[in-house]
Amino acid sequence: MAASPDTDAPAGIWIRTQAPRWEALAAQAAAAPQRSHATVDEALRTLRSYRVLTQHLASARELLPASLLTAALQNACATLHAAINREPRLTGARWLRLFREEIPAAAASVRTLALWLAALLVASAFAGWWLINTYPQLVSLIASPRMIDGVERGHLWTYQVLELAPPALLSARIFSNNVMVILGAFCSGILFGLGAFYMIAYNGLMLGGLLAFTHQHGLELGLVKFTLAHGPVELSVMCLAAAAGTALGEAVIRPAHSTRTESLRRRAAQLGPLLLACALLLLGSGLIEGFLSPRATVSIPVRLAVGLGYWTLMLLWLGGRLFPKAKT
Amino acid sequence: MAEEELTVSSLTGVDMRVRIAGPGTRSYAFLTDWLIRLLLALAWLLAGALLRLLPRVAADASLAHTVMVAAVILALATYFLYQPLLEVAMRGRTPGLRKAGARIATVEGATPGTGALIIRNLFRLIDALPVFYVVGLTCCMLTKQRVRLGDMVAGTVLVLDEADSVQRLGRLSAQLQRTALPAEALQLIHDLLDRWRSLEEARRTRLARELLCKFDPGFDPRRGAALSSRALQGRLEALLGGEPGH
Repeated sequence: MAASPDTDAPAGIWIRTQAPRWEALAAQAAAAPQRSHATVDEALRTLRSYRVLTQHLASARELLPASLLTAALQNACATLHAAINREPRLTGARWLRLFREEIPAAAASVRTLALWLAALLVASAFAGWWLINTYPQLVSLIASPRMIDGVERGHLWTYQVLELAPPALLSARIFSNNVMVILGAFCSGILFGLGAFYMIAYNGLMLGGLLAFTHQHGLELGLVKFTLAHGPVELSVMCLAAAAGTALGEAVIRPAHSTRTESLRRRAAQLGPLLLACALLLLGSGLIEGFLSPRATVSIPVRLAVGLGYWTLMLLWLGGRLFPKAKT
Repeated sequence: MAEEELTVSSLTGVDMRVRIAGPGTRSYAFLTDWLIRLLLALAWLLAGALLRLLPRVAADASLAHTVMVAAVILALATYFLYQPLLEVAMRGRTPGLRKAGARIATVEGATPGTGALIIRNLFRLIDALPVFYVVGLTCCMLTKQRVRLGDMVAGTVLVLDEADSVQRLGRLSAQLQRTALPAEALQLIHDLLDRWRSLEEARRTRLARELLCKFDPGFDPRRGAALSSRALQGRLEALLGGEPGH
């Protein structure tokens, strides 16, 4: 325990008696943040130093307010505070807890929202279908001239992508595109959830519109066949990310904690793991979309099996049934 | 109105105050990091282009294509992952933040965890809108703790890194043990030496002479009047080192 200075004694005496200790404490405060692993003894010594330093800080504030010494003691305390209060490195057990408990919990917290957004996606797809069926010239809003030209000649663009790039590169590109979409859906949710709604509605309109356009040229089955293997997970992940974004917006509109910022912060911390799950699931669907979907030789039952199998795997994981429960 | 300090409650009940970094420090750190990651990404592209010039690679079109694709992927990964990866690995610091003398902390003054650091980086998507971080900078200027949206969501704040002051405590304690000067005198001499360069020469020499007259028994005011600014500075430093009169 540090000796408390006698407040009646002059500050100089207190300083001179304590100065030898500060040199050692300063050395400890400087070393603690650099350490990646600490033994129990080191950790206890750091905690003791922290306690002593804060006591000395309180005394210095009393005896020498606004002094160089007080500022130096305060900074040493703040440095030790940051070094003591830090999360442990990500270990195997931490990852397991993330995959087994935190991701399913985050998914469960947005389940209802995700279902509503899935309904919005379906409704937007119907609206897109109706729009392109009624006004076919509007297809130029959702498809590039090359895609339109190809479909009008009776070729789906989806089966020509392998001629443009190798499957690995194609998968990487699809993955990065999809990740940007889900990040956009999540982050734009902060705008009171409107950004996430927009993302879902826009993607639904595009999906329905493209189906209608290919239907006009008798190619809709080809498009459905193409999306069968990767589509279920990709669309579900999009709804989940948008639901997470909407939940962020809800935290701003209806704060569950003392302030909106606090509410937003807690919700984001809870939903962060779900975003990681979404990215990992998109990695899988990107691989399927790059390697399997564009191959015309793969039959519909195989595509259906892959699509449903992957989707079931996703449901099991997010439902908390994929990994064994922790023993209590 | 922005508050310039973050009050942190310690485990012992004594509050600490940490200075918050403003938009200037933030922009300086960002630009430094941006320059570094841009140079690193360009270095990958250059390496790819140079590899393509090798006779063995140049002869094989498919290999040359693969080399260039790999270089592009590495360049993009370096450019986009530089900030989140370094922030996680360096516990809330990047080379740019170090250079700007700042670090990322949680609103409780702790070192932020991996999740918080990743979330604050994800929200750059919104902060960067519509161009040149307009949303982020505006938010930074308007909020109490000078935070952008990403920081708000992650519960982090950019604070000035006072790690040098910890070493200063060590130096100060060493000086306090060596010198017979009162603490107030040490404070005054330190303050003057800290501000030495920013003060006008006439003013700093006058202050130095006054302090030396008062606290250095070996200082002769008549001889001291002839001493240069540099000599006076050296004399003050010697006084701090516990060598009055030398």
